[in-house]
Amino acid sequence: MGFENFGTVSFTAAAKAADFMTHLEAGKVMTTRCRNCGASYFPPKADCPACLSSDVDWFEIKGQGKLNTYTIVNYGPTGFENDAPYILALGEFEGGIQVLARLSRDIKPDDIKVGMSLALSPVKLPDNRVAYEFNKV
Amino acid sequence: MPDRKVCIIGGGMSKWGVREASIVDMTQEAAKDCFDDVPALKRADVDGLLFASSYCGRRSFQVNAAPVMAERIGLKPTSICTRVDTLCAGGSSGIILATGLIRSGMADIVMIAGGEKLYTPQRWETYYSELASIDHDWDGAQGIGLPPPFFSMTAQEHMKRYGTTKEQLSAVSVKNRRNGATNPKGHFQKAVTMEEVMAARPIAPPLGLFDCTPVTDGCAAVLLTHEDKAKELSDRPLVYIRGTAQATLHSMSMNWPGEHLADWLHLRTAAKKVYERARVGPGDIDVAQTHDCFTISEIIEMEDLGFCKKGEGGHFVESGQSDFGGEVPVNTDGGLLSCGHPFGATGIRQAREMLHQLQGRAIKQVEGAKIGLTHNLSGLNVEHTILIYGREP
Repeated sequence: MGFENFGTVSFTAAAKAADFMTHLEAGKVMTTRCRNCGASYFPPKADCPACLSSDVDWFEIKGQGKLNTYTIVNYGPTGFENDAPYILALGEFEGGIQVLARLSRDIKPDDIKVGMSLALSPVKLPDNRVAYEFNKV
Repeated sequence: MPDRKVCIIGGGMSKWGVREASIVDMTQEAAKDCFDDVPALKRADVDGLLFASSYCGRRSFQVNAAPVMAERIGLKPTSICTRVDTLCAGGSSGIILATGLIRSGMADIVMIAGGEKLYTPQRWETYYSELASIDHDWDGAQGIGLPPPFFSMTAQEHMKRYGTTKEQLSAVSVKNRRNGATNPKGHFQKAVTMEEVMAARPIAPPLGLFDCTPVTDGCAAVLLTHEDKAKELSDRPLVYIRGTAQATLHSMSMNWPGEHLADWLHLRTAAKKVYERARVGPGDIDVAQTHDCFTISEIIEMEDLGFCKKGEGGHFVESGQSDFGGEVPVNTDGGLLSCGHPFGATGIRQAREMLHQLQGRAIKQVEGAKIGLTHNLSGLNVEHTILIYGREP
């Protein structure tokens, strides 16, 4: 399968990094590291932007990340209207991997602190859709 | 190969705002205004057209737009006729490309036109197609299509690190709306008070309604040619393109190049290059049009363009250093906050205002301005584009 069921609204069904979705459905947020030059990225890429090699390896983004910054979205774009308000955040994980994701609704706005620890995990959405989000550690 | 000096000789704008007009109608209005600015020019001598627009393919359902525009404004280009898309910097990209073509002898007289028709009867379209301006497969799927949340995070980072206040953000809006109040072509002709800005409804806190550029329809056009032709066509003082730079260090919010969101390494990279190319420094700039898509943007631009020290942008604006009579008047025609921001047209609007400033005919004139700078950031802050104009080459 491809990205048909990714996120609240998905844009691309076919992409070479589609294994990401297989891993996400299986409960893991994974991304790629280049076997040739060692560079790692998020989002995952089937071909390395640093050395352009196609020899990449999947690894799981696990452990504690750090909340760098966040914002409360009061007006969602088309397709997201019914989700608002929601909180978008930038988190940083081991190796400098930066991830933009929503904060779980389990985290109350008053409890959010820049620098707080976060975990990144898959989340099931209505209609069999799947995404990832930040959770309390 | 020739190495010709390149001048901007004329500029025009359609009326900007919420328009009952198509992108083709507004391009024609802007082009006519531009041709009227250079009465000696024969349209048949214009051998190039660059049309800057990002959303014409989607919101106006017009791809390959340049030939349509050429026909509508009575041009028959023989050197170049193409569309340019770098979203918010499209117009400036067109000016950079035209400069290279004219300098090298590949074109002689080029019109750079551009703009957007953003209001459509399908109101959802505006808030859907914005999602195309980022890495939509990933960031878009999280619901970060609209710019305010991203710049809200930027503002919060700046406030936390440097103590920047909401009053200082508001001071940008008060200044630019005051500058724009006498500009008949802009979206708004109404100044706002500090109290109104501070009390406005929140969009993405700390950004309120007046901290954000509005959604605006509009087009603009300028004409570029080489020095000899410019002397032939106009008795006005010559205005040269002294230097250009465009820096991209990443493609999306997640691979941010700076230390943090309020650290714009890509802007400093572009600034260093453009100052070298133009053989000037930040202290030589008499007037600037910088990309005030949000109030926080202009504050960080003051710092990373080198007009003040890092972290002091809020104080710089609040103390009047970016206003008339200060170190460097910024956004003298109202900027994006007052004129609006029909993406492809914005760099062209800035070029037109700079032409007027350096020829001493601006509506709000900076006395004796000789060197000017225009700047755009584009997308969710993925690229910085800067041009320096001067009365000397």
